[in-house]
Amino acid sequence: MKRSPLLLLLLATLGTSSAFAVEYTTVIPEKSKITFTSKQMGVPVDGKFGKFTATLNFDPAKPEAAKAQIEIDLASVDAGSKEANDEVISKGWFNVKEFPKARFVSTSVKSVGGSRYEARGQMSIKGKTRDMTIAFSYRPAGVNAVFEGLLPLQRTQFGIGEGAWGDTSVVADEVPIKFRLTASQAIATPKK
Amino acid sequence: MIERYTRTAMLLHWLIAMLILGLFGLGIYMADLPLSPQKLKFYSYHKWAGVSVFLLVWVRILWRIKHAPPALPASQPHWQQLAAHAGHGLLYVLMIAAPVSGWLMSSAHGFTTVWFGVLPLPDLIGKDLELAATLKLVHRYLNYSFLAVVIGHALVAIKHQWVDSDGTLNRMLPSHH
Ligand code: HEM
Repeated sequence: MKRSPLLLLLLATLGTSSAFAVEYTTVIPEKSKITFTSKQMGVPVDGKFGKFTATLNFDPAKPEAAKAQIEIDLASVDAGSKEANDEVISKGWFNVKEFPKARFVSTSVKSVGGSRYEARGQMSIKGKTRDMTIAFSYRPAGVNAVFEGLLPLQRTQFGIGEGAWGDTSVVADEVPIKFRLTASQAIATPKK
Repeated sequence: MIERYTRTAMLLHWLIAMLILGLFGLGIYMADLPLSPQKLKFYSYHKWAGVSVFLLVWVRILWRIKHAPPALPASQPHWQQLAAHAGHGLLYVLMIAAPVSGWLMSSAHGFTTVWFGVLPLPDLIGKDLELAATLKLVHRYLNYSFLAVVIGHALVAIKHQWVDSDGTLNRMLPSHH
């Protein structure tokens, strides 16, 4: 079959446009999760946050330009039991009445080889803001992409668990937060 | 002269007895405490001691298989001998069933039992809060029954010692020489 010049032109245009940045921007909540593991008297206890929002701008071709913001609704915590849930939203822990959300905002992202990246940024919980580095990986999954990573949270830095609960031999200081975010892509419209 | 249990059997008997009495007391005390770091500590100590009983009782059973206890005095009525064997058998069953029910209850609550914070026990059942609520009752009433049997056991020993004065308790006590 002889291709018409018009079709060729069309294909070429499409080709060019698909060479434009593919950016992953919209996190799909049903395909994403944020979990954590606390350690109580040497026993790892799994928990999760049911509600959170995340906005991303991630183009695998330009990871340095990437941005991320994750906001966790702390009242949606499931710390493993009803008793623990009531405790952890209370004043001495998250104090969700005054500080309903935890927020991470990236300041820079860099590739650390392969499909692994590092996002530096600021974590704010309970009125305190601390620098934090999140290691994460990127993996395309069909039209979407999956980002998996770890936030190395140290609860006492944010006053999570005050008073007698500050005893890290009972509840460990390190509460690693794991996330798996599935984001769909938006074809970036060329600017200007 | 009366025949006695071996030193090892005595040691295991009194060690396990002390642990079990402590477990009853701590278990009943801690269950109603409001959530606090202290409560988490007590729960862990209770679990560690309970698992210790579970392990020690197997040592005890193996020891007993190799070292038969001294025969009951021939003067004792047959029904009493039967009752003694049945009672002791029941205590062995409860020494295993009580900690197992606690272990399963913890697994159902989603808490792995980690012996002394170091050795994790397998979770034989997954997290299931409904089942956990049932197992909590099982653990409670099994242990209340256990406590009743232990009290009965002690009362019979006291009766032999101070009412019948037949030296039965001495079988489980080191000789003075
Ligand atoms: C010989 C061994 C044991 C004895 C005699 C024992 C006895 C008891 C007793 C009397 C209670 C209070 C029950 C109540 O008032 O509701 C209790 C509670 C409890 N036991 Fe045990 N226990 C034993 C082993 C274990 C083990 C091995 C575990 C876990 C690995 C365990 C976990 C618990 C827990 C979590 C509670 C509190 C339940 C609640 O939240 O109300 N126990 N135990």
